[in-house]
Amino acid sequence: MTDMTVSGSAPEASQMPEKRVWRDIGIKRRYAAERRFKTYGLVAVLIGLACLAMLLFSVVSKGYTAFQQTSIRLDITFDKKIIDPQGQATSNNRVLLMANYPLLATRALAKTLGVDESDRKVRRELSGMISNGVRTQLRDMVLNDVAIIGKTRTIWVLAAADVDSAYKGQIDLSVDQSRRKVNDQQVEWMNKLAGEGILTGRFNTGIFLNGASSRPETAGMGVAMIGSMYMMAIVLVLALPIGVAASIYLEEFAPKNRWTDLIEVNINNLAAVPSIVFGLLGLAVFINFAGLPRSASLVGGLVLSLMTLPTIIIATRAALKAVPPSIRAAALGIGASKMQMVFHHVLPLAAPGILTGTIIGLAQALGETAPLLLIGMVAFVADFPATPMDPATALPVQIYMWANEAERAFVERTSGAIIILLMFLAAMNITAIILRRRFERRW
Amino acid sequence: MSTTTILSIVLVLAVVAYVLGRTTAKRRAAASGTRLHSREGYYGSFALLWTIIPSLVLLAVWLLVSPAVIDTAVRDSFPEHVKAETQATQGLAMGMVDSIARGLRRLDEQEMTRVTAGFSALRPVLASKGVALAGDGEDYMIDAAIQLNGWSDASRLWMTICVIGLALAGLLYAVWRIRPEVRARNSVERAVLVALIGASAIAILTTIGIVLSMLSETISFFRSVPAMEFFFGTVWDPRFAATVGTTSSDGQFGLIPLLAGTVYIAFVAMLFAVPIGLFAATYLAEYAGPKFRAFAKPLIEVLAGIPTIVYGFFALVTVGPFLRDLSADISGIVTGNATSFIQAQSVLTAGLVMGIMLIPFVSSLSDDIITAVPRAMRDGSLGLGATRSETMRKVILPAALPGIVGALLLTASRAIGETMIVVLAAGVAARLTINPFEPMTTVTVKIVNQLTGDLEFNSPQTLVAFALGLTLFFITLGLNIYALYIVRKYREQYE
Repeated sequence: MTDMTVSGSAPEASQMPEKRVWRDIGIKRRYAAERRFKTYGLVAVLIGLACLAMLLFSVVSKGYTAFQQTSIRLDITFDKKIIDPQGQATSNNRVLLMANYPLLATRALAKTLGVDESDRKVRRELSGMISNGVRTQLRDMVLNDVAIIGKTRTIWVLAAADVDSAYKGQIDLSVDQSRRKVNDQQVEWMNKLAGEGILTGRFNTGIFLNGASSRPETAGMGVAMIGSMYMMAIVLVLALPIGVAASIYLEEFAPKNRWTDLIEVNINNLAAVPSIVFGLLGLAVFINFAGLPRSASLVGGLVLSLMTLPTIIIATRAALKAVPPSIRAAALGIGASKMQMVFHHVLPLAAPGILTGTIIGLAQALGETAPLLLIGMVAFVADFPATPMDPATALPVQIYMWANEAERAFVERTSGAIIILLMFLAAMNITAIILRRRFERRW
Repeated sequence: MSTTTILSIVLVLAVVAYVLGRTTAKRRAAASGTRLHSREGYYGSFALLWTIIPSLVLLAVWLLVSPAVIDTAVRDSFPEHVKAETQATQGLAMGMVDSIARGLRRLDEQEMTRVTAGFSALRPVLASKGVALAGDGEDYMIDAAIQLNGWSDASRLWMTICVIGLALAGLLYAVWRIRPEVRARNSVERAVLVALIGASAIAILTTIGIVLSMLSETISFFRSVPAMEFFFGTVWDPRFAATVGTTSSDGQFGLIPLLAGTVYIAFVAMLFAVPIGLFAATYLAEYAGPKFRAFAKPLIEVLAGIPTIVYGFFALVTVGPFLRDLSADISGIVTGNATSFIQAQSVLTAGLVMGIMLIPFVSSLSDDIITAVPRAMRDGSLGLGATRSETMRKVILPAALPGIVGALLLTASRAIGETMIVVLAAGVAARLTINPFEPMTTVTVKIVNQLTGDLEFNSPQTLVAFALGLTLFFITLGLNIYALYIVRKYREQYE
């Protein structure tokens, strides 16, 4: 019976199994939340990367053309009738300086194109195709060698900025010619010359060598590079020794008291003070009080040194801290003085870390703009500075000035300058990374 | 002799001192038959320090003090009617004398005789030598200038003699003192320690320099514009630097619109950067595989290494026009009238681009803090069955919160002090608005505006920049100190 009942009830139970009650702990919901959270994170990382990509793409796509400059190959006849009509060149040296050199280029262009340049309108359009920089180019040729007068030379002259933009396809040629800067006649000539290979893009050495210019095609950042180089040299000479000395004191010698605490808090704060405040300091102390000249790379270098000092101190202290105490104990144990221990053993071991920190600090200083604006580096400097006391600009300041120019061709120039600046920064940072990889020691 | 020549003579003497110190120490040790207390190089350095330190200190003091002394002496020699004038007029006269004195140096013997003829005869002569004199001078100035030249020549001569003499004296004294038992190393090390302390004091000096220099200019600004008007004024309209006939009261220097713009733009930037940075940090710290992390983390940090002028240019030529055109398209679709409601230079543009710049600051600071939370807390939470995101939100983030708040404060202080992005992207019109699509301006933009171009250092139009700078300095200082305090306090919990 019991068997029966058991066997009778068993199939019943198997037919209608007791419902297992899963306590709802929301696992589905929680996993969904988990996936959402993960996606948000991924999206955030991707947005960050996309921003970087957009930034670089925007700069590079606008700027890579700046390294090519449209030039025209012309057979220029140095006609005595134009340069020196009255034959006064030997008696009056101003004649050669003031001669109408652009006319030579215009004539040569007319001859190449086979058009009549005696028509004033045609002549104006022809001269509009050639950069005004041709004046100094031809003048320097004549001043270098007066015997050139009367002869013919084949040289490359720069095309005007608008022709350059048109040749690079940056000007929309479908709009009516009254609303763009190159007219149809000029475009036709341009295409004809380009077809013959007379007008072509050549590597732009001017952007590296020239000084400031109000004409985009002859503007370059040579002066800015020299200025930046002076400043970096000053930062290196001042900030590195002072920064290392300060870190050695704080890390190895300083007693733990309120004074060193104060210095520590101070250094951390200085690292976070807005850079423009350093510019105000430089203006008030170095220019107004000490009477140093405005726009000089010396003042810029001093200001940037003060700014870089905290970065170098923080990096150096980290590098000193990483040297294990056993090295110090060993040196002291065999009778070195504390000073000998630091300078003969700890410092050499910390050197790679210090160097890396210094390079990163220098890279920061190289890209810094705001303080330099205040000490008068926003200046139109066409002449190369011979000493750090001469007026100069800096790479980022040059970028700032070009960014404020209205002309279309300056956008390309600015982007080109940014590419150069970023190349410098990349080179410095990669050097720092390589140094770290090669020399970093783990104890 | 020029300062450079004096310096190089002293340096040559220093080298001599080093060699002499070394050899003397060796010789005397051999003569007396005892061992040197320190290694011989220290005796060389000992003599070297005695040679250069006193002489260079004297040189520095002389260069700093002598111009002021000569200046007072020349002013004392001015005739009575000039002394009766105001300080400013006397300053002008002094400047005139300075330039005459500079011009006189370029004249040769023959031309010098014409100097006595008086100012009117002198002026064209100087002009031909490339020294243009500003105003009309009087005859007494020529005498003063001749005197000035005489005095500075004498001062330079005596400086040369004294400095080189002191260097020699130091050298001789040190060499005379060298004995085998002299503790040269201790003296040298003491000098090095003083130099190290001096270097670390430069950090303090910089801060003091910042505060003092800005404070003095700010005080002279508040002399012409009341502080209340500056701090609570709602109109920023400084006009142009004082031209003739205008008074300082013409301009209005209200801080409020600038401060509002600064805070607003920083707020927009943080609104963009904080969620992205925090999420990116948690993803990279918790979810990303080692390969993805090794690739993405440095790339995001590249954003921090790009100079801000590049961001400014990006905002100016790419983001600004893009937002303007986008808004034109949107309003074209919605209302059929394609006018752009976002201006190219606007709070939104500047805030967005600044936000991009801040992403790496938020993410790498938070990343450090998140990974600093002890492993045990994470494992405990996961072991109890929490998902990773729950662990993140309910365990790690609360534990890391003080540190993250500190990091955000540091980021905010950077946003407030940022200059180049806002200079190029935010606009220059100082106004109070809550519309993020319109341009506003910031404290830093106005500092740059007021201080680029020709400066006249006495007008409130330029001095206001220092008041703005000081305000900025104290705001960021407050944020930084508070942030560091929070971060420090937090660190103590796990150590």
